[in-house]
Amino acid sequence: MIPLDFEDLTAEEVSRHFGRRRALSRISFQTRKSSILGLLGPNGAGKSTMLAVLATLLRPSSGAVRYGTHTAATSGAALRSRIGILGHDLFLYPELTARENLAFFAGLYGAKVPQAAADAALQRSGLADRADDPVASFSRGMRQRVALERALIHGPRLVLLDEPFTGLDDTSTAALVARLQGLRESNAIVVLATHDLDLAEGLLDTALFLRDGRIAETVTRPDALRSTYRTIMRRST
Amino acid sequence: MIRTAWLVLKKDLTVEVRSLEIAYTTLFFAVSCVLFFAFALVKEGKAPEDGAAGILWIAIAFGGTLALGRTFERERQSETLRALLMAPAARPAIYVGKLLGIVALLVAAEIILVPLVAFLFQAPLLSHPFWLGAVLLTGTLGFATVGTLFSAMLVRARSRDVLLPVLLYPITVPVIIAGVRATAALLQPDVELALVRFWVALLIALDVVFVTLALWTFEPLMTD
Repeated sequence: MIPLDFEDLTAEEVSRHFGRRRALSRISFQTRKSSILGLLGPNGAGKSTMLAVLATLLRPSSGAVRYGTHTAATSGAALRSRIGILGHDLFLYPELTARENLAFFAGLYGAKVPQAAADAALQRSGLADRADDPVASFSRGMRQRVALERALIHGPRLVLLDEPFTGLDDTSTAALVARLQGLRESNAIVVLATHDLDLAEGLLDTALFLRDGRIAETVTRPDALRSTYRTIMRRST
Repeated sequence: MIRTAWLVLKKDLTVEVRSLEIAYTTLFFAVSCVLFFAFALVKEGKAPEDGAAGILWIAIAFGGTLALGRTFERERQSETLRALLMAPAARPAIYVGKLLGIVALLVAAEIILVPLVAFLFQAPLLSHPFWLGAVLLTGTLGFATVGTLFSAMLVRARSRDVLLPVLLYPITVPVIIAGVRATAALLQPDVELALVRFWVALLIALDVVFVTLALWTFEPLMTD
């Protein structure tokens, strides 16, 4: 597989239909490396669908997503090697231990020594002492931390996060915020879908407000997210 | 591709060894099938001629369907299927890993089923172990190849448990017929090895067709 890299992500008039239901309608945006883009909106706004399209798990019904000069159709597997996703579901095997889960995914992403990659990830997550416990015995917050490490184990350029703050206590939330800021400093492109406006406050470089699958507003360097959100949503109803 | 298939196979076997969920249910169902037929058909210690071959394959097909239904259901529960599809590996490699896991499980079930059927139906199933092994392996591969593809295809369907056998059995009828006829040929007092070879060759040909089609269609089927 030929190594591939990109420095920007562009959605061009992306629409996605499920039968007659339109989940996304003509979404366009661009984001670059070293930035965090927030997808904000109520339930059913199309945030998760947008993430699935960006992750190459769904094809747009029309429009295109460009990863630098590449597309999912032309680059496929090579492109996926540069994308990490943390979904609303955690993508972990409950019967396997944290170490086994991380080593499995490190192996899938081509790590030369999957065990070493898993051990490093466990250190970062602060779960090294629970490494050999099955994930089924973990709390939601601990699973979320393992799942985040799973998503980042191959050092992706594009990091897609769907409600990453779910189930985290204050300490873990602060650690996640620091991790996201670290990703920005390490030239990653982060796209974050969340309901938690207070936690997203001050973290986002760009906020994309979605409603009914459409962009209601795009705000650069947003502040006072909650009041901005209320104003935009009221205007778009 | 081989590395990815091996990783998926190893992971599936580890999960199965921990839970024994599919192994227990498949084996319980298959053994129950054999016992029911034995109670119904074996009269005064005499089993119907050639009955063992059919009953062995019914047990494999029914037990196998149960195992096939669970193999991708497990990937659906924590949406790990999405994580597998996101991996930069060739997607057919994921299919091959899942397929080998199912074949391994069914072969393990057959190791218990064959002596059980041989004992209950007084059938000389083990008189030609090499040829019986060849028939079972090629037949199981053909059945599991189609079943694994359909199981993956139906993973998001609400009525997947009903749809799987409805789709699977008509397509795998040639495999089951060839398996039954080959096994029945092995049970004759004077075994015609030329006939057995013919059925095994047919099973290999079906395997080649099914595996090729499955590898070709898995990626487009799983993309959306």
